[in-house]
This record gives sequence, C-alpha cells and structure tokens, in this order.
Amino acid sequence: MLTKRIIPCLDVKEGRTVKGVNFVNLRDAGDAVELGAMYAAQGADELVYLDITATVEGRSTFIDLVRRVAQTINIPFTVGGGISSIADVSALLHAGADKVSINSAAVRNPDLINELSLEFGSQCIVVAIDTRYVETSNGMQHIVHTHGGRKPTEIQTLAWAKEVEERGAGEILLTSMDADGTKNGFALELTAQISGAANIPVIASGGAGTMEHFYDVFTTGKADAGLAASIFHFREIDIPDLKQYLAGKNLPVRIL
Amino acid sequence: MKTVIIKYNAGNVQSVMYALDRIGASYIYTDDESEIRSADKVIFPGVGEASTTMAYLRKTGLDKIIPSLKQPVFGTCVGMQLMCRFSEENDTTCMGIFDVDVKRFPATPGFKVPHMGWNNISDYKGALTEGLADQTYMYFVHSYAAGICDYTVASCDYVLPFSAMLHKDNFYAAQFHCEISGNAGQRIIENFLKI
Repeated sequence: MLTKRIIPCLDVKEGRTVKGVNFVNLRDAGDAVELGAMYAAQGADELVYLDITATVEGRSTFIDLVRRVAQTINIPFTVGGGISSIADVSALLHAGADKVSINSAAVRNPDLINELSLEFGSQCIVVAIDTRYVETSNGMQHIVHTHGGRKPTEIQTLAWAKEVEERGAGEILLTSMDADGTKNGFALELTAQISGAANIPVIASGGAGTMEHFYDVFTTGKADAGLAASIFHFREIDIPDLKQYLAGKNLPVRIL
Repeated sequence: MKTVIIKYNAGNVQSVMYALDRIGASYIYTDDESEIRSADKVIFPGVGEASTTMAYLRKTGLDKIIPSLKQPVFGTCVGMQLMCRFSEENDTTCMGIFDVDVKRFPATPGFKVPHMGWNNISDYKGALTEGLADQTYMYFVHSYAAGICDYTVASCDYVLPFSAMLHKDNFYAAQFHCEISGNAGQRIIENFLKI
C-alpha cells in the first residue's frame, strides 16, 4: 500500500543548515549532508533542502551541496529556494536533485510551470504554495503569499492549486503561514480542501508540534505527506517513534 | 567487470550514477554500440515521456540494439516501460521485449496520479530481489504501469495490481527507482551487478 510520507525540511544558508542543533550524535549538526543522511537512516521518506541564501555565491555553494547530498543519500530529495528559470532547474537536477520546488517565480510567471514540466517532466516539479487566511474585499479568504509568506497576492489558494496542477505540477507543497511556527497543528481544513480538489499529491507543511498532528493531517487533512523542520531538528519528535505511532493507528507508513 | 549505462535523451540519470558510485561500481555512460555490446552488464535507465524517448531510440538504432543484447540488461522506470510491447502514453509502440502493455492508472477516487512515493512490492522471486525482506518498500513515481503477466517477478498494488519487476531471459526491469529506494533499492542494484 502506498504510504504516507514523513519529510524533514532543512533550511540551508551558505551550504549549512540553519536550525540544525541539538544532535549530540552528529559531528557537525550544521552539515546539511550529514544531517540528511541521519534522517534517511532514521526512515525519513524524502528530504527537502531549502536554500535561504540570497547571494550568487550562495547559489553555487548550494549546487555543490546538492551534489554532495545526491552522492551520499539514497532516498529522494527536493530542493527549493529562489528557483526562477529552466537553467536553475537544469543545474539542480544535473547536480542530482530528484525534484525542484518553485514558489514565487511560479506566481510571477505561471507559464514557468508548463515550461518546466514539459522540459523535465511533471514528476520533478513541485509547486510550493504559501498561504494565509486574510481579510479581503470579499471577506476572509485563503490567499497565496510570496517572498517567504510576507507578500500577499490577489490569488485564492484553492484556485491556484487547481491551476498549478493543470499547468503540469507533479506535487503541491502547501504551507499555511498561519499555522507555521505555532506547533498547534497543521491547517487541516485547508489541506483537506486542497488535497480533495487536486489529483496530485499534497505535502502539508506548517504547524506540526506533536505526533497526533501528523495523524490528523493524514486523516482529516487528507495529506499525502507531512513536512516539518524544527520538531525534527530539535528532536522533539524522532522519526522512528513517529512512524511507529502512525503504524499503531493503522496508517500505512514505511518502517525500516 | 564492465558496466554500461545507456546514454539517450532520458532525463536525469545522475542519481543512477551516484548509486553505482556508492557501491563502488565503475561504469561507462555511452550510446556507442560497440561499447554497449562489449559490456558485461547494461543499465537502461529512464525518466521521461514514452513517445519522445522511443522516437529517439529509433533514430539512433538503440531500439534494435537493446533487444538484441545477450548480457544482463536492467531497465528501470520508463526504461522498463520501453521494454514492453506498447504504452498508452501517447500510443507508443515500444521494443516488445516483454509481451505486456503499459496502461495509464484508471482515474479512481482516492488514488492520485502519478503514483508517487513508497509502496511495498510483493510476491517476488529471482536473482534481483535476493536477500530482501518480505514486503519491502520501494520508491515509485509513474502514471503508467505494466499489468501482471508471465514475466512478472515482483508485483505492487495501486488502484490495481501491476508489475513492479519483470524478467525474461537476460532482461530484467523494475518500475521503481532502485537508486533512491534506500538500502533495499541499493541491494537490487548490487544483485544485478552480481548476476
């Protein structure tokens, strides 16, 4: 049976993880390769590496990191952050990334999704959607945000999710900026709405604080995968424990 | 031992090369006929769309070379699909090594397409799955699948049962991506290189 995926997300700046602390068993918790390898060994189903460097030098450091990750780990990984062209994607895929995640650039130029899926195949094009529930002239609505969730657009989240699928996205990475960082749980209603409307997998992100939150997002939230960062990095939840917990609740998960 | 990875217009094969690097196997990435024919092992990877890749194989003559090979050949993902008879992906006549058709997953509520993620394979037999635990999970990404047939040596279930692995004579194939299927996937590559 196809399993629900658990995905740790690693924020990388100048080639090093930003939140990687509290791992006594690692030589260097800031080493994004070593941290990823440890998650893979623990049973993470995929990894996401998000480049939060804004400089040109940082970009080439990131590509070098992607190459080292691909050489080292034997599970799929997605890379994202500042990707805006076919050339960017080509460089990252050739370095060994399995998928790329595009966000603001897709909102700015939706045709980019079509171009990338034609060039590289839908299976490796993830569209990340950052969303907030905000007041609009039509009342409260879920609205797509760009630039790390800081800048509102005028696009409704559900409509955008449907559009990116039509344009050839292979997967949606949905981050609720309202839930992100709260540890109060994923945005269940919105995730269920998007996952129900899309015929491509939806990765839920933002708000994970407990193992129950993952159970909730896979059941009530209808998510195909759950992504989190700090709760894994700070060892508040260990992936093997989480998988055992979910298996005990009869959810299909891959246990090593 | 000489291992060749067949070079064609497939998508990214970098992860296949890295997987071989990790197990310390050397390889040549080439489309040269004599290099391919003189290899001990041939890997035919695949990421892409069936009709475009098949057209490329015809143009370069690889569509005739691959079925005529005598050494062990291992096709993965779209590589496996191109070794079948026909693919519904843009109605493509394929190489016909395995007498089975590749069909799109029928639209079914509760089943998203592509079939993406880790799924367990079962009922496996043969050299490539030797040493694998029962019901091992592999990483799949595909929208089309070969049905169960006489050559099925491992099956998987998504919407309906399909062939996760095929074997006929010197031809081996896997629908999943061994190169990113953890240690279990690595074991399959090692098993292939040991044949």
